[in-house]
Amino acid sequence: MGANGEPPGPPGIDRPPGIVPVPFEVRSRTGETADTVTLDLAPRERRGPLSFRPGQFNMLYVYGVGEAAISISGDPAAPDRYLHTVRAAGKVSLALSEAAPGGVVGVRGPYGTGWPVRESAGRDVVLVAGGLGLPPLRPALYEILRERSKYGRVELIYGAKTPKDLVYYAEIQGWRQRSDLRFQTTVDTAGRDWYGDVGLVTARLPDVRIEPANTVAFLCGPEIMMKLTAKALVARGVPADAIWLSMERNMKCAVGLCGHCQFGPSFVCRHGPVFRYREIAPFLAVREV
Amino acid sequence: MSDEAPEELRLADHRFFRDMDPEFLARLTEKAYARTFEAGALIVREGDPADEFLALFSGKVALEIIVPDRPRTTVQTLGPGEVLGWSWLFSPHRWRIDARAVKPTRALGLAAGPLRQLLDDRPADGYRFLHRLLPVIAQRLENTRLQLLDLHGR
Ligand SMILES: Cc1cc2nc3c(=O)[nH]c(=O)nc-3n(C[C@H](O)[C@H](O)[C@H](O)COP(=O)(O)OP(=O)(O)OC[C@H]3O[C@@H](n4cnc5c(N)ncnc54)[C@H](O)[C@@H]3O)c2cc1C
Ligand code: FES
Repeated sequence: MGANGEPPGPPGIDRPPGIVPVPFEVRSRTGETADTVTLDLAPRERRGPLSFRPGQFNMLYVYGVGEAAISISGDPAAPDRYLHTVRAAGKVSLALSEAAPGGVVGVRGPYGTGWPVRESAGRDVVLVAGGLGLPPLRPALYEILRERSKYGRVELIYGAKTPKDLVYYAEIQGWRQRSDLRFQTTVDTAGRDWYGDVGLVTARLPDVRIEPANTVAFLCGPEIMMKLTAKALVARGVPADAIWLSMERNMKCAVGLCGHCQFGPSFVCRHGPVFRYREIAPFLAVREV
Repeated sequence: MSDEAPEELRLADHRFFRDMDPEFLARLTEKAYARTFEAGALIVREGDPADEFLALFSGKVALEIIVPDRPRTTVQTLGPGEVLGWSWLFSPHRWRIDARAVKPTRALGLAAGPLRQLLDDRPADGYRFLHRLLPVIAQRLENTRLQLLDLHGR
């Protein structure tokens, strides 16, 4: 949908993905931070081209341990690098983060609707990532930068706990150099060796030039951070319909059958994980701070 | 606001003071003076008298806390368009935090005594001034609360 119409709608689902995990091999494992790695996965048997949309996720299965929903963090135009960035937070994610090259991981997906990237052509795009919210947003950024001329101003605000928790560090340096992307990084706390910004991502918003009627925002990160950011954007006049959030809920089936990921009237796996702020604002669990 | 400040700084161009009552702004402008800080300079020190209010026009200032046996920790940075401090407003008028210039920084300062006097003398303008300062305080508080929550932890 164009710049002057209604805020863009969600991208549709093309085909139902399978529910049986398919064995993939860990092609490489790149350390991002002390507890976070990026895995490049390749199918053991070719069954056709891989494809995914920005914001979609896979269920990754560590044999004998269990399954977790992990966003696809690579470039949709180069799906053969099937990247997943995992932070060791519990049993499954720890096992995933320790998966060595050559090891086998079960993959089913991709699931979910994803970010309305193409639907946002013609608009200014504000991307706000908190912590491990950057991996699910990176495919959207790749897609926007590839067709950069189709979008207005593009801003990315990325917040992490400390400078040591910033993922994709080398790539970030490249984004900083670009004249067609305004990129701001901020951390919660830092030592004296950090010359960047310290504070919440919302503290960076006043520096963002916003034309409310022509802005779309994609937010991904801890729920409270998304809620505060969405409220700040609404206060700047951005319609709640043009603000999109990626929600996280524990998942089991990932195909809308078990109800594990229920969120208000929706299932995150099927109707999300990306939702319009207007639809989900009443169900955001975190009360006022 | 860009990182490059013009040669002559004007309070009226600063986000905090924008669209204030012109007469009140003129009174403030009379009292404002330019301040420059080299990178690394300590601007205020915890416990020292809080004797001025600074409006930042360029550069970057780190608010640091010192906890014994730990390295200095920056809990927030301030940049162009932001203001430094409110300890000058409330008794005992002492800074509660260290502030250090991370980059060469230019600001306009207002001495605390005359500023408090002006706010007292013009209660309506003083009230509106507080209306702009309170969100700064609220944001710092929110920042601290979310830091305590370990926002990015899982
Ligand atoms: C759509 C979607 C996309 C996602 N994308 C990503 C992604 O890209 N990368 C990523 O890393 N994660 C992602 N997640 C989160 C991921 O699915 C998992 O929730 C996360 O990895 C933790 O799973 P786990 O099974 O390892 O941990 P769990 O075992 O479920 O543990 C989760 C939490 O519980 C705590 N915990 C675990 N066991 C115990 C115990 N015995 N006692 C006390 N506390 C305990 C852990 O410390 C942790 O905080 C996504 C989730 C969703 C829904
Ligand atoms: S995980 Fe089963 S319905 Fe979503």
